[in-house]
Amino acid sequence: MAKVLLEMKNITKTFPGVKALDNVNLKVEEGEIHALVGENGAGKSTLMNVLSGIYPYGTYTGDIIYNGEVCRFNQIKDSEEKGIVIIHQELALIPYMTIGENMFLGNERGRKYKLDWNETFGRAGELLKTVGLQETPQTLIKDIGVGKQQLVEIAKALAKNAKLLILDEPTASLNETDSKALLDLLLKFKKQGMTSIIISHKLNEISYVADKITVIRDGSTIETLDKKTDDISEARIIKGMVGRELSDRFPKREKHIGDINLEIKDWSVYHPLYSERKVVDGVSINARKGEVVGISGLMGAGRTELAMSVFGKSYGTNISGKLCINGEEVHLNSVHDAIRHKLAYVTEDRKGNGLILSNPIKINTTLANLDGVSSHSIIDKDKEYSVAVEYKEKLKTKCPTVEQNVGNLSGGNQQKVLLAKWMFADPDVLILDEPTRGIDVGAKYEIYCIINQLVAEGKTVIMISSELPEILGMCDRIYVMNEGRIVGELDGSEATQEIIMSCILKSSSKGA
Amino acid sequence: MNKAKTLDIVKKYTMILMLVLITAFFAWRTNGAILLPMNVSSLISQNAYVFILATGMLLCILTGGNIDLSVGSVVCFVGAIGAVLMVNKGMNMALAILIMLLIGIAIGAWQGFWIAFVRIPPFIVTLAGMLIFRGLSNVVLDGMTVSIQNCTTFVNLFGGGANCYIPDVLGGGGINMTCIVAGVIVMLIFIASQIIGRLNKKKKGYELEKPVGMIVKTVLISAVILAFTVRLAQHKGIPSVLIWVMIVILVYSYITSNTTIGRYFYAVGGNEKATKLSGINTNKVYFLAYLNMGFLSALAGMVTIARLTSAQPTYGQNYEMDAIASCFIGGASAYGGIGTVPGVIVGAVLMGVINLGMSLMGVDQNMQKVVKGLVLLAAVIFDVVSKRGGKLIEKN
Repeated sequence: MAKVLLEMKNITKTFPGVKALDNVNLKVEEGEIHALVGENGAGKSTLMNVLSGIYPYGTYTGDIIYNGEVCRFNQIKDSEEKGIVIIHQELALIPYMTIGENMFLGNERGRKYKLDWNETFGRAGELLKTVGLQETPQTLIKDIGVGKQQLVEIAKALAKNAKLLILDEPTASLNETDSKALLDLLLKFKKQGMTSIIISHKLNEISYVADKITVIRDGSTIETLDKKTDDISEARIIKGMVGRELSDRFPKREKHIGDINLEIKDWSVYHPLYSERKVVDGVSINARKGEVVGISGLMGAGRTELAMSVFGKSYGTNISGKLCINGEEVHLNSVHDAIRHKLAYVTEDRKGNGLILSNPIKINTTLANLDGVSSHSIIDKDKEYSVAVEYKEKLKTKCPTVEQNVGNLSGGNQQKVLLAKWMFADPDVLILDEPTRGIDVGAKYEIYCIINQLVAEGKTVIMISSELPEILGMCDRIYVMNEGRIVGELDGSEATQEIIMSCILKSSSKGA
Repeated sequence: MNKAKTLDIVKKYTMILMLVLITAFFAWRTNGAILLPMNVSSLISQNAYVFILATGMLLCILTGGNIDLSVGSVVCFVGAIGAVLMVNKGMNMALAILIMLLIGIAIGAWQGFWIAFVRIPPFIVTLAGMLIFRGLSNVVLDGMTVSIQNCTTFVNLFGGGANCYIPDVLGGGGINMTCIVAGVIVMLIFIASQIIGRLNKKKKGYELEKPVGMIVKTVLISAVILAFTVRLAQHKGIPSVLIWVMIVILVYSYITSNTTIGRYFYAVGGNEKATKLSGINTNKVYFLAYLNMGFLSALAGMVTIARLTSAQPTYGQNYEMDAIASCFIGGASAYGGIGTVPGVIVGAVLMGVINLGMSLMGVDQNMQKVVKGLVLLAAVIFDVVSKRGGKLIEKN
């Protein structure tokens, strides 16, 4: 048996209100490629952040044993010194610097006051050869594609004398040729004795490169599969990923489904910056009154982009397609238009795009419908206060007063304020994007109750969620989306996690 | 929690406390000279432009810490045009005022367009404006001084000079009765508004402030109003410029705290993306902030030439810095979204008191700048550190 290079023992990490990791164990042997798989939010990235020192020693419990010694990393530099290098999903390169400069950023060649550019570019050139990238080290990062940038990241890791390479979704934004090249590169490194940990959603890629696969679910390690001894087919991995039972974590509701309220036909959207990239591709969906429609898919499937482009074109360029509300075609050119047509989009990023954290609850509650508490542009502050109190009570938001700043609330209560804001705007169709992300189980249940209440009032709820149990537990009908396209439509009663997952994976592997 | 609450309270009243302490300090060092009627009166007249400009600057800063560097030059340019129109061209005063205001608004629209719709950084646009309008002032005045001493109505209407006071219609010998009466009326209106507001809230069953706190606050503010008017009455009465300043303060206090557009300024600065996704046209909000800054710069321009009874190509220099400093000292956040008109006025008064106090003490002009710089830095450090929950050093 090969030497164990890294062992993470009983790692537990809590964020305010949420236990992200619960006694996680991971054992990686020298010279293997170890894959970490799990649903979004299962805790994979958190685990890697603990390993690399982004969450410093003391903010978690448990031990990291690397190369036979217990390590206590206080910052990324500490782990990098040991040869543990992480490459994040979001590339961290500076566009207007050269490849060489980027590779040695924070790790500069030469002396502090006299950088040695010959060594920088010379060494960079050697490493670029190692990763098989045919560019000069003087090329600017902005001039090369994402695939090549990913290779630069790997070369950068090599420049730090990486012994353990961690790749978080390395192929997420790569096309099939680039992905294949990257995976082959990992296999080549393996032959040279490099150890790697790879996080990926693309199970076909994992089957291709991984020696061992550790499955993480809900912050715990479920199992570790060995290529030599275990079955590592996609079906087997999926079973491990989604294995949990659906208990009564979801409130029941009576179905009263009415006419079609919202219909989107052949909807396509292009990326706002890279205008040749199609983010949403010919999507057609509909939603009825009193219905909860789910849109399932992995991160980056284009769900948020679809929702936001429908919501007054707040995302994307070159949007085409037909949008009908109540059977009439409408053209929503601004968020204001969308709100006027009784559409609401409750963002997945409540802190970044949803709430003004430095303002009190009452101001956040009325922001999308200030006209509702004012006449002739003059705000009736008393009315505003009573509206805020009304919604606070309706949604059972836990806070001392509505004068409290939203930034001081827990995630679940912030989510309720965000819902209150959009409910006060009095929409007929609500698009809820990841409505329970990062909130605890109790608050989730309350959010589900609010959703039931909304559809009972005859409203339409479109729920975007990466959590399969939630989609299955709440939705009457489910669309599965992948790579910008709708790849499946399922009835809520017949859908299972396995069916949804295989819808996604089948459509992915068509490309790969 | 408790620490945060204490910080909140400290933050809310620090500047008022600082103002009292600094005034007391100067009263002591100048043997009370700073509180003499003449000096109280000149505090208003000398700083009228700061009050007006700081109010406009607040709206820009609210949108996200954006500043307007061009206001000093715009003040000068608008003043120059006004002086040239009234003196050299002999234009009717009302028409000249109208033209000055329109030019101010046009300048605001010009800068606002680039900032709001094209999204050129405000720093760049207004830096350009600073150069452009300083240069144009020189062109308009041909590098010379234009005296407006003969435009007496204009000077009396906007000025803060020797004779620019509201006439004392009631008479009263050594003391200006009109001023006293006006002060008492303002005080009574203030007390009445407090009581009516409280009764209204009670009737509708809303949460009420603690009575003790409210009484203390009302009595203190009433006392300040009264003391202030007595001081003015002992000198020459109400400086006419005070009326303009009061109008600006009241109107903008109301707009920022009670109207939807006022709310938008705060929302954009608090979280622009969230504001956009709430159906608010954020471009328009930025545009209005700078449009309004142009308008108030024009008003400040009129006040400036009236006080100095002339227009010169060098007027208005560093006015933008006074306005910006007042905002930050007065509690506006350098990141936007936080700040109030009354706070900014306290900031401006604080700066004024420091200026006046040091001048009375005979502190060297250059040292005065050093002190003002340190006060500004301290105020912003306080803002940033208190936002970080009291930690001085940002975690790396």
